Amino acid sequence: MQDRTLGLISMIPEIGQISLALALCLAAALAVFPLAGAHAGNVRWMEAGRPCALGMLAFVALAFAMLAVSFLRHDFSVQYVALHSNLKLPAMYRFAAIWGAHEGSLVLWQLILSSWTAAVALASRSLPPTLRARVLGVLGLISIGFLLFILLTSNPFLRLFPAAADGADLNPLLQDPALAIHPPLLYMGYVGLAVPFAFAIAALLGGRLDRRWARWTRPWTTAAWMFLTVGIALGSWWAYYELGWGGWWFWDPVENASFMPWLAGTALIHTLAVTERRGLFGNTTLLLAIAAFGLSLLGTFLVRSGVLVSVHAFASDPARGLFILVFLAIVMGGALLLYAFRNVAANPQTGFKLVSRESALLVNTVLLSAATVLVLFGTLYPLALDALDMGKISVGPPYFNLVFILPMLPLLLVVGAGMHASWKATNTAAWGRKLRVPAAVAILGVIVLTAAAYGFAGILTGIGMLAGLWVIAAALRDPVAWLLRRGPRPGRSAWGMQLAHCGLGVTTLGIVVVSAWGVETDRRLALGENLEVSGYEFQLERIEEVEGPNYQAAQGVVRVSRNGRPVTTLYPQKRVYEVQQSPMTEAGIDAGWRHDLFVALGEPLGEEAWSVRVQVKPLVRFIWLGALIMGLGGLLAISDRRYRMASPKEDES
Amino acid sequence: MSSGRRRVRWILLLPCAALAVMVYFFGVSLGRDPGLVPSPLIGRAAPEFSLPELLAPGSVFSLQDVEEGPWMLNIWASWCSGCIVEHEFLMALGRAGAPLYGLNWKDAPADAREWLQLRGNPYRAIAVDANGRAGIDWGVYGAPETFLIDAKGIVRYRHVGPLDEAVFSQAFLPVLEGGAQ
Repeated sequence: MQDRTLGLISMIPEIGQISLALALCLAAALAVFPLAGAHAGNVRWMEAGRPCALGMLAFVALAFAMLAVSFLRHDFSVQYVALHSNLKLPAMYRFAAIWGAHEGSLVLWQLILSSWTAAVALASRSLPPTLRARVLGVLGLISIGFLLFILLTSNPFLRLFPAAADGADLNPLLQDPALAIHPPLLYMGYVGLAVPFAFAIAALLGGRLDRRWARWTRPWTTAAWMFLTVGIALGSWWAYYELGWGGWWFWDPVENASFMPWLAGTALIHTLAVTERRGLFGNTTLLLAIAAFGLSLLGTFLVRSGVLVSVHAFASDPARGLFILVFLAIVMGGALLLYAFRNVAANPQTGFKLVSRESALLVNTVLLSAATVLVLFGTLYPLALDALDMGKISVGPPYFNLVFILPMLPLLLVVGAGMHASWKATNTAAWGRKLRVPAAVAILGVIVLTAAAYGFAGILTGIGMLAGLWVIAAALRDPVAWLLRRGPRPGRSAWGMQLAHCGLGVTTLGIVVVSAWGVETDRRLALGENLEVSGYEFQLERIEEVEGPNYQAAQGVVRVSRNGRPVTTLYPQKRVYEVQQSPMTEAGIDAGWRHDLFVALGEPLGEEAWSVRVQVKPLVRFIWLGALIMGLGGLLAISDRRYRMASPKEDES
Repeated sequence: MSSGRRRVRWILLLPCAALAVMVYFFGVSLGRDPGLVPSPLIGRAAPEFSLPELLAPGSVFSLQDVEEGPWMLNIWASWCSGCIVEHEFLMALGRAGAPLYGLNWKDAPADAREWLQLRGNPYRAIAVDANGRAGIDWGVYGAPETFLIDAKGIVRYRHVGPLDEAVFSQAFLPVLEGGAQ
């Protein structure tokens, strides 16, 4: 029997449920009044946007808090909690379990969408009232869709009667610090792309697209892109150390689902720059803004509908898939029809010369779009074949690696050169002089790295390294020139741009080097036996039993030495979580600038031996370090003063 | 002049057309979702199988060994997390004497036996379909799934995913009780 005096506390899930319903009402008001007001010229209706947006955030936050309390209090009368938590689950993971499965991750999604909406409402005072009203209205429409989705198909507050005595526990794969913060970051990016989308629709509705519009849209786009970049990197890092086999990218549909919006978003950032500076590429910018958010929705559909995930993952539900598909069709169909019939992009009065920054950015847009389409095609092709009754096949990493390199290699070469081209027309001689030093540094770098550190590993590897070093050197040219007092001080957005490009080069270098010179060995290793990999001796000294809060583990003690001198000791674990009884591999990693030493336990082979996977991964950290630098570049670019100015101020970068 | 303008519009409609094609394919794929389509087996005779019995090494379990009357076949495996979710409920069914049989699908028998030892065995008999061959005949997409076969040996219903009280009392119970009379 429930104690009646518990009163309010026992109603926590219902309070959450009601909050969601109230948030839906406010989302409806947010969609109707500002849009109708902008159409009819009614200022008071337009002004309703801000309070509605803030109110919606308040109620969604309340619902989220109620779900959090249910998890922290072990309220197993809530079905979602009973399915994804456990009495022994540490508090941190009980909180992270909120977004550990479908229903709760949607609440998180909506919380982030509401936060972005509220941020737009608060930070858009300098915008024309009609544009602001339309942007908020469109965000309200999207919120209606997601709140309906939660309330109709994915209610996290459903009660379980009778309440469970204990929960079924969170998926052990998700009991990891990186994965606890990965979804929020990724969603910040995913959902943040709704803001440029809303700006694009507002421009289409208003029939006006100009350079000021691009200036207002840019910081929001960069912010979303920044989160997406770091979120994807974090996911890749997690896969590297948690899945236990040291890969860092698998071209898995779920990964692609986050990567496609990133590619489109990256293209969008660049066309926005052209639209802001030169008033060109307006139509492309609008289409990319629509596509980037569309790909976010598509990713949600793919992950949530079960169309592409393994048939063994029953987190999927056809009713949910159908809802998102209809939502996707309405949102994207509406947006694209609007795009087709409202020709708003101002006719450019000015053109640009063949050798100019515009040309470079045009090539950039084409190549990034091509990469997006090729990845999209590879992700959906198996699906289309199945739909046409042509059998079930899957397109694996070989396809993706090939079709991704094709546009990316030329792109990297263009990036380095394009950064230093001037708008409109470039003085070819001056341009060449600027590029001389970076080109020399890149070529020298490849020769030194090949000769001194790694050895020759094929033409393609050489070209890849050259591309990475070239982008780094070109990106650092201006900052270095400034430090040596031979050039002007770059503005913040220029700094940000250069830093982000430098990050791209660092990631590229990491990918190329680790792909070419990474060493992987799977071996049977008896206790006390030595294994030599890349000059390091790995000795499995002993296996010991370790007890965690909610798991038991066999832990290997692996001594690593080089030329007889001890380097480090690694502790790879094989964990079995008590409730779900699933074995998890926790790799032992010695991370370093030069390389990672990676040991993962496989299976016990008899009494005194284990199968062991040993890897030496040169420069693997560069992959994620580069992504962090890219994100930092984005942050720096957003902080540029001119985005906070009411009136346009002319050129810096 | 006007024709040039129209051409521009057609180009702008291309993304919309691409979206329509994509949504069409998604719609078709969704229709193929194992949960949405009723099994083609429904209304037909249950597919024959003759497989080793999990807990009685050396003996064989086939359709002839099923007792008279309606019965249920639960597809499960020790690697399947959905099976853990439904297991408590299956145990309750087993205790109540429900005619529940198991098909251990694509699993290692040793793991399966250990799994049952840990959680209890709700089944009257369990067929071992280690390579999933019988699963193909039954049109199994994944585990867990539960089939309902009536007294005449006709497949009447198939549930995909963990079985629970709600689904059981709505879809399974009427047939099971009807057959008992």
